[in-house]
Amino acid sequence: MSELPADIVLRVDDLRTYFEAGSRVAKSVDGVSFDVKRGETVAVVGESGSGKSVTSLSIMRLLSAPGRIVGGDILYRTSDGRVLDLARMPEKAMRGIRGQEVAMIFQEPMTSLNPLYTVGDQIMEMIKIHEPVSRMEARKRAKRMLELVEIPAAERRLDEYPHQMSGGMRQRAMIALALACNPRLLIADEPTTALDVTIQAQILDLLRRLQAEIGMSILFITHNLGVVAEIAHDVVVMYAGRVVEKASVDALFDNQKHPYTRGLLACIPNAARDRSESGERLRLNPIPGSVPSILALPEGCSFAPRCSFTTAECDQNPSLLAAGPDHLSRCWRHEIL
Amino acid sequence: MSGKDVLLQVDNLTKNFQTGSGIVKAVDGVSFDVKRGTIVGLVGESGSGKTTAGRCTLRLIEPSGGRLLYDGVDLRNLSEREMRAYRRRLQIVFQDPYSSLNPRLRVEDIIGEALDTHGLAKGTARRDRIAELLSRVGLNPDHARRFPHEFSGGQRQRIGIARALAVEPEFIVADEPVSALDVSVQAQVLNLIQDLQKSFGLTMLFIAHDLAVVEYLCDEVVVMYLGRVMERGPSRSVYAKPRHPYTQALLSAAPVPDPKAGRQRVVLKGDIPSPMNPPSGCVFRTRCPFAIAECAQVVPSFDAVGHQHHVACIRHSDPEVISQGHQL
Repeated sequence: MSELPADIVLRVDDLRTYFEAGSRVAKSVDGVSFDVKRGETVAVVGESGSGKSVTSLSIMRLLSAPGRIVGGDILYRTSDGRVLDLARMPEKAMRGIRGQEVAMIFQEPMTSLNPLYTVGDQIMEMIKIHEPVSRMEARKRAKRMLELVEIPAAERRLDEYPHQMSGGMRQRAMIALALACNPRLLIADEPTTALDVTIQAQILDLLRRLQAEIGMSILFITHNLGVVAEIAHDVVVMYAGRVVEKASVDALFDNQKHPYTRGLLACIPNAARDRSESGERLRLNPIPGSVPSILALPEGCSFAPRCSFTTAECDQNPSLLAAGPDHLSRCWRHEIL
Repeated sequence: MSGKDVLLQVDNLTKNFQTGSGIVKAVDGVSFDVKRGTIVGLVGESGSGKTTAGRCTLRLIEPSGGRLLYDGVDLRNLSEREMRAYRRRLQIVFQDPYSSLNPRLRVEDIIGEALDTHGLAKGTARRDRIAELLSRVGLNPDHARRFPHEFSGGQRQRIGIARALAVEPEFIVADEPVSALDVSVQAQVLNLIQDLQKSFGLTMLFIAHDLAVVEYLCDEVVVMYLGRVMERGPSRSVYAKPRHPYTQALLSAAPVPDPKAGRQRVVLKGDIPSPMNPPSGCVFRTRCPFAIAECAQVVPSFDAVGHQHHVACIRHSDPEVISQGHQL
């Protein structure tokens, strides 16, 4: 049915996910579009309430009521070359997609790991659900998965429960579980946010290495622009349920074409920039105000009330405008930025 | 910034916790000075003991040993009653702006409670003082009768700061005050903290895991690992020339918002060991890329490697270690 260029694994097209409660409608995801290419990483970056997590849950079809996809397509190319629209898949068929085709990891590993079963049992169960293999074969594969994610003493660790592992180790176990059936797309929702920086560096290295070895695509959800710079090929910046800027990682960090992205980068303290020659602290340039409630979005551009570049035009919400080669910005004034 | 007198001298501070399976030395011989009017950053990963050390300096957790010389007086020698008088001078701001404010109290009472405890203002004076504090931290004084849930995370952190300021303290321990906030809001609160620090001449111990925030905000930095101090000194010197392999690894691991940064990264193997059973000698040696046999035998002493810059590593002057610090 749908046309999808051969190098694209996932195309999210005009996705709209709303939460309706009585007469109130929260448009958490409102017309979001992006592509994930084979073997590449797309980072979706935003602050709380931007809709980045709801986007990832929509793709996995793990939304809880009253949230539902009210429009748009989620086109996914399976390992045997079929193109499916996940937005319209029946739940039963979706079960064949999750884990085997598209897997997800979370900020908190205990979201995925069951405290009552050993790590080995959980990985083996995952393999046996999707593939007709013997228990022995499944255990062998599970051990190989733990080795793949660099968990030392894999054989012994198979028989441990999640609580016997450290935070970084649990994160690895969760990644092993997610990758057990060789998914083509890994959705990682803030997978390093709760980790210490030295452990975060290990996990980012691991994901990069796995991507190079297995060739999987990664959709990486994060609020941390430092992590984005380290892991992404392409970046999607979200604000209040919409994409406000989209570009390759180099183009985005070279030249932000949306005042929000520019503001976010200016907010991150940087001693080289924010301290004078003599070491005196200069004031930071925060974005004024706070993220608007998704239930009370301003008319026109949602960022306008916090923006220092506004003009009369900003009463109208702009569409995504071409701001450069493969660079889109939802800002009327992208040219002066 | 030289010649400032020391307001707080933490000397050989220890804190042991008795657990079912033995003693945990959460803080093990920590020493540092905080000069009047400066901000000292206490950094380290989870399990480093930075939060316990911070709370011990205010005796919110009773230390097991060491001295806390505050303005010449050892806080540990004070009785509960004497300590209460000091509490007015020492305040804390917590990380989580959601759990650190009583959800059943109105903002005016959250702030007013501090005034009442120390008998600072009553009636109209109390109301005026609360309004003044709210506007000082950038909140609308008309919102004094609202409850915490009616505010955003950033606004709640401002309430927490107003509460700490209510008693006109000299010294504030800020325990990860911006970690739970969105980046755009974090910068607002960092600006507020330094404005207040300047206008009230506050002295601060700023506990954080975000190295970029500490480099920007703090005059000096203390790096902790597994209950001990690994390195301490003026921020500029520690960030420009880290001499401890742990500090080097920590700095190299922090992601930088620049895809072209192309830094050399020191990736540490494994996790922080259990504080129940710390390694002998240098506690960092099990993850250290420069560890040698001797590291298991001696607890490294604190050596000066620059102006007020100290390092606990027996190989701090080894050209290999120095050059790694320069390449970051």
